Amino acid sequence: MEFLRPGSWEEALAAKAEHPEAVPLAGGTDVMVEINFDRRRPDHLLDLNRIGDLYEWETGEDEVRLGASVPYARIMEELRAELPGLALAAHTVGSPQIRNRGSVGGNLGAASPAGDSHPPLLAAGAQVEAESVRGTRLIPAEEFYTGVKRNALAPDELIRAVRIARADGPQQFSKVGTRNAMVIAVCAFSLALHPRSRTVRTGIGSAAPTPVRARAAEDFLAAALEEGGCWESGRPVPPSAARRFAELAAGACNPIDDVRGSARYRRHAVAVMARRTLGWTWDAYRSGGRDSRCA
Amino acid sequence: MRVNFTVNGRPQQADDVWEGESLLYVLRERLGLPGSKNACEQGECGSCTVRLDGLPVCACLVAAGQAEGREVVTVEGLAEHARRRAAGAGTPPEPAGTSLDEARRWTAAPDGTRAAALSPVQQAFVDAGAVQCGFCTPGLLVAADELIERNPEPSDADIREALSGNLCRCTGYETILDAVRLAAARAGEAGPR
Ligand SMILES: Cc1cc2nc3c(=O)[nH]c(=O)nc-3n(C[C@H](O)[C@H](O)[C@H](O)COP(=O)(O)OP(=O)(O)OC[C@H]3O[C@@H](n4cnc5c(N)ncnc54)[C@H](O)[C@@H]3O)c2cc1C
Ligand code: FES
Ligand code: FES
Repeated sequence: MEFLRPGSWEEALAAKAEHPEAVPLAGGTDVMVEINFDRRRPDHLLDLNRIGDLYEWETGEDEVRLGASVPYARIMEELRAELPGLALAAHTVGSPQIRNRGSVGGNLGAASPAGDSHPPLLAAGAQVEAESVRGTRLIPAEEFYTGVKRNALAPDELIRAVRIARADGPQQFSKVGTRNAMVIAVCAFSLALHPRSRTVRTGIGSAAPTPVRARAAEDFLAAALEEGGCWESGRPVPPSAARRFAELAAGACNPIDDVRGSARYRRHAVAVMARRTLGWTWDAYRSGGRDSRCA
Repeated sequence: MRVNFTVNGRPQQADDVWEGESLLYVLRERLGLPGSKNACEQGECGSCTVRLDGLPVCACLVAAGQAEGREVVTVEGLAEHARRRAAGAGTPPEPAGTSLDEARRWTAAPDGTRAAALSPVQQAFVDAGAVQCGFCTPGLLVAADELIERNPEPSDADIREALSGNLCRCTGYETILDAVRLAAARAGEAGPR
């Protein structure tokens, strides 16, 4: 095994071009488990810890460009206002020790359907900035997940950053697990209200081979809110509409039975989370929380 | 490969390190510092918790090569770390840190020499009866000490959150919570640091 230690982003891209099979190593919270348990023996480890750019973020007018390696601990402490959904999700990852090392870039690299950053990225609207010596491309989050633990990166590409739309309304994240800390999601749901475009977006985790949006639910709810004049009046979402939204969200799932939960339970739980997160976000919107902060 | 890094305030060098090796393995097997425990090797139990550039991390999930040039504090250096913090971090007294030899020979001795003195968090664990088999204790001590450093008056929720990555099979946690409350209260009595 060789330990490649690029000192700059350019060096990292060159190393990845030269060794496309090299395994990038950010916080190591996925990779090191596999190495410790002998599940993976890459010829090359590509350590990204020395590349300062990956640990920084830039907040623009409309989006946050989040460096791939920014640890969850900093997201939940410092990006709550701009990225409320992701900050809430970050707070549920593992434990403090894991959150001090684990990153969204690593979550995307691993592309587990249970990864907690995926639902809020889908709900907020995000693009993965993938780069290689050949150039840079932006991959919308919904096109990034291509299968169970598979993603759209080419062998010579690395994730430089994730460009996430700044919240223009309340956002929520909800996760089902057996306890508060150190839990892989049985399933998860994220909802973002976008009052500016009068749309809503969703993200579902761990209830299909890849993280997915519940598009039919989104379209239905946007139409119902528009029809009821709810965005202007701040009137409560009619219970029948909330129920239908929840049903459609459950319909977007394609879950499996496994040790963590049955498919039937997952569908049910997604419906419950959809209804609750809608209640929380809409309450926040109504109560003058028409800014970016969450409930 | 060779890894150069700072452990408990002193520069150290580890040789013949395998590229896939964890920081935990290097600390225990190459530097002879078995204080950080190895239980799960998958980040679940926290018994390997050390500070890496100040932050509590699972040493089992840090590749040794990632520690190059960084600062690590282990439970063996905790008493000295706390002593220096209490003395005011600004100007470190010379010689700084805990030598490898001191760290290896570390044993608790309440009335002993400086090297054997306990940090306030360690003393509180003893006084509160928060140690049974002791396997989880080093990781908990490192995590609890960092909490009090960051947040001198932690609420119960803060304590639970800070220790949520550390498992204990013996105590049922209540005495551990007592110990952290005790350490924080004593630090408060001793005046602001
Ligand atoms: C005890 C424990 C609890 C956990 N709990 C949770 C949880 O609650 N929720 C959750 O979602 N996850 C959890 N995880 C999994 C893990 O912490 C997350 O997936 C985390 O986001 C991984 O980030 P990392 O920086 O540590 O990635 P690494 O382990 O360094 O890398 C993960 C993958 O991404 C690739 N990669 C990393 N950076 C890049 C890059 N810049 N470009 C391209 N590829 C890259 C790596 O090659 C690897 O395939 C847990 C893990 C442990 C050990
Ligand atoms: S041994 Fe590292 S967390 Fe358990
Ligand atoms: S005292 Fe035995 S595991 Fe905690």
